[in-house]
Amino acid sequence: MTARLTDQFPPRRGRTHEVQGPGAIGFALALAGRLGGVVLWVMQGWQGRQLNPVGAAEYLDPQRLLIARTRDEAETLAVAEEALRAGAVTLVVMELTQPLGLTPGRRLQLAAETGRSTGLCLMPEGVGSNAAETRWYTAPVFDAADSTLMRWEITKNKSGTLAAWDVRWDAETHRVIVVSEAGERPGVAGAAG
Amino acid sequence: MSLWFPRLASDRVLRAQPVDGPFALTLRQGNTERLYCLNPAGLRQGLTPGMPASDARAFCPDLQSRPAELSRDTRFLHALARWAGRYCPWVGLDGRDGLVLDVSGTVHLWGGQESAMIADMRQRLTRAGLAVRIGVADTRGAAWALAHYAEGIAPPGAASETLKPLPVEALRIEAKAALALQRLGVRSIGDLMALPRGTVSRRLGPGVLMRLDQALGARGEQVSPLAEPPHYGVRMTLPDPIGLSADVMAGAKRLLERLCARLKENEMGARVLCLTLRRVDQESQQVELRLARPLRDVARILPFFERGVGQVDAGYGIDLLRLEATQVEPLPTEQIAHMRGPEDGALEDLITRLGTRIGLENIQRFLPADSHIPERSFLIAPAAWSRAQGPWVALRPRPVQLFAPEPIGATGARPPRHFRWRRMALTTQRATGPERIAPEWWLEDDGWRRGLRDYWKVDTAQGRRLWLFHTPQDPGWFVQGEFA
Repeated sequence: MTARLTDQFPPRRGRTHEVQGPGAIGFALALAGRLGGVVLWVMQGWQGRQLNPVGAAEYLDPQRLLIARTRDEAETLAVAEEALRAGAVTLVVMELTQPLGLTPGRRLQLAAETGRSTGLCLMPEGVGSNAAETRWYTAPVFDAADSTLMRWEITKNKSGTLAAWDVRWDAETHRVIVVSEAGERPGVAGAAG
Repeated sequence: MSLWFPRLASDRVLRAQPVDGPFALTLRQGNTERLYCLNPAGLRQGLTPGMPASDARAFCPDLQSRPAELSRDTRFLHALARWAGRYCPWVGLDGRDGLVLDVSGTVHLWGGQESAMIADMRQRLTRAGLAVRIGVADTRGAAWALAHYAEGIAPPGAASETLKPLPVEALRIEAKAALALQRLGVRSIGDLMALPRGTVSRRLGPGVLMRLDQALGARGEQVSPLAEPPHYGVRMTLPDPIGLSADVMAGAKRLLERLCARLKENEMGARVLCLTLRRVDQESQQVELRLARPLRDVARILPFFERGVGQVDAGYGIDLLRLEATQVEPLPTEQIAHMRGPEDGALEDLITRLGTRIGLENIQRFLPADSHIPERSFLIAPAAWSRAQGPWVALRPRPVQLFAPEPIGATGARPPRHFRWRRMALTTQRATGPERIAPEWWLEDDGWRRGLRDYWKVDTAQGRRLWLFHTPQDPGWFVQGEFA
């Protein structure tokens, strides 16, 4: 059975999803660019790294990007929940570092349902919550011809199948283009695992 | 009653920084610096206002001077007018250095004696370091004349007697008319009153007689008081203390309705609101609310207070509520347009609500900036005080995230074949570059001490696409960003 990316991406609205792996920021930006509307990015204020709007302009218009800087993880969750519930933004991206318990995960889920907006948690590997609708593992892939290739893999899906794709972002049409289903492309056979 | 501050400008400056010896404020008129205001020591040295400053310095070498600031003098005079409100509510400005008060209704508070009021006024002003001359009379013109030419009190109905010996300049007439009168040998007001009216107005125009009539009370003259600045504060005292947050919110709603009505009258919107709750034990607590944009809509503002009110400790109960808009901005009334979507304003409301939780300055947006330096090619501004700006153009590929440069052990001008970064062994498969960026020499930046940077986009065999730079002037390799 072959799974089509368009069935899974953009992931279901009114739910929170999780993304892990080194390509998580690219995934979040691609999702933001695909959905349109205002995006709230919640991150902890102490971090040394930051989003570069000039680079992100390829994915979404930085005018639609709001950043909320919080003090700790609890504040991040509170801000994200409030923003999801209000429904004034289409996408809330939150950067989490600690494992997300079932209760906060469920709260986020309910808030997203109320506000009909999408939530996306960026988290390190292995700390996902059971409440998430889908979980993605994303990583950039080297390709001799293409320097934007990414591997997107669904590792958890409450309402669908698991699959993996090799995709790239097309800046002009603001669409994700599936290059091939993972494992079919010559040269990286078997890499999908 | 007329108050004249003969040395208002210099007194204002000397109040803050006292100076021994002659002191003057200078004002640039045309191309020359002229003395504007002098202290008594300066006047004793024979200096006069209007004198060129260089002459004055030659005349009096130890003169200290400073440029005059007319706008601050005006503000100071306004402050004095506000202070004079303690004597009567009807206070107006008189020229650049005077106040005029209508005290006819308030003298009885001083036992019917103007002199008692004047003594108090003089004592307070002298303590504040201000020279003042005060004249009291039935009319504004006569009071002005007394303040400037013969300090004192004219008894009621005796204005003409008091004014007679004063020079004609005391009538507030133009210098040209005063000079013409002097030439005619009319030196005092008494002389002028003796002249036939028709001749005077034929020769000198109607202005002189108008001023004379005003001084003598034959023609009315008003004192126009300064407009009271609108105060955006309302309060409510309760007969019984309340403690439930629903009750406090109901009280806040009533206050907010009154406040918003007042804001609407003046076409203003509140930006910062402060709700003070006083408990029965005299302890008071404040709930501050900062809005993402000026608002005067009760239904929209009220929910934002819920969080703050919920955190208040009511103790034995609250018996006084006070709501003040501490910062207001103009908010003109707008026609409700059918084109605007219902979600308009929802984002600002969200920003306000998140702002009550994490602080309004922590919700930010990016603004484009004109710089080639990657970390300065954008600005971060609080979303509540900025508008989204565009367009965003990237002339060359830029990473989606930036971090402080992290050194990697490598040498040579070309990207290393193998390197370690964040405990990962990476192999370069493709390197695009170099893109040379020179530091902005006009800005001091510690991060750019190493000089020029040659940026490379490095695609590794492991997948990660990194933004490396090499510093040829002080060799070293660093990772500064990562592409998606």
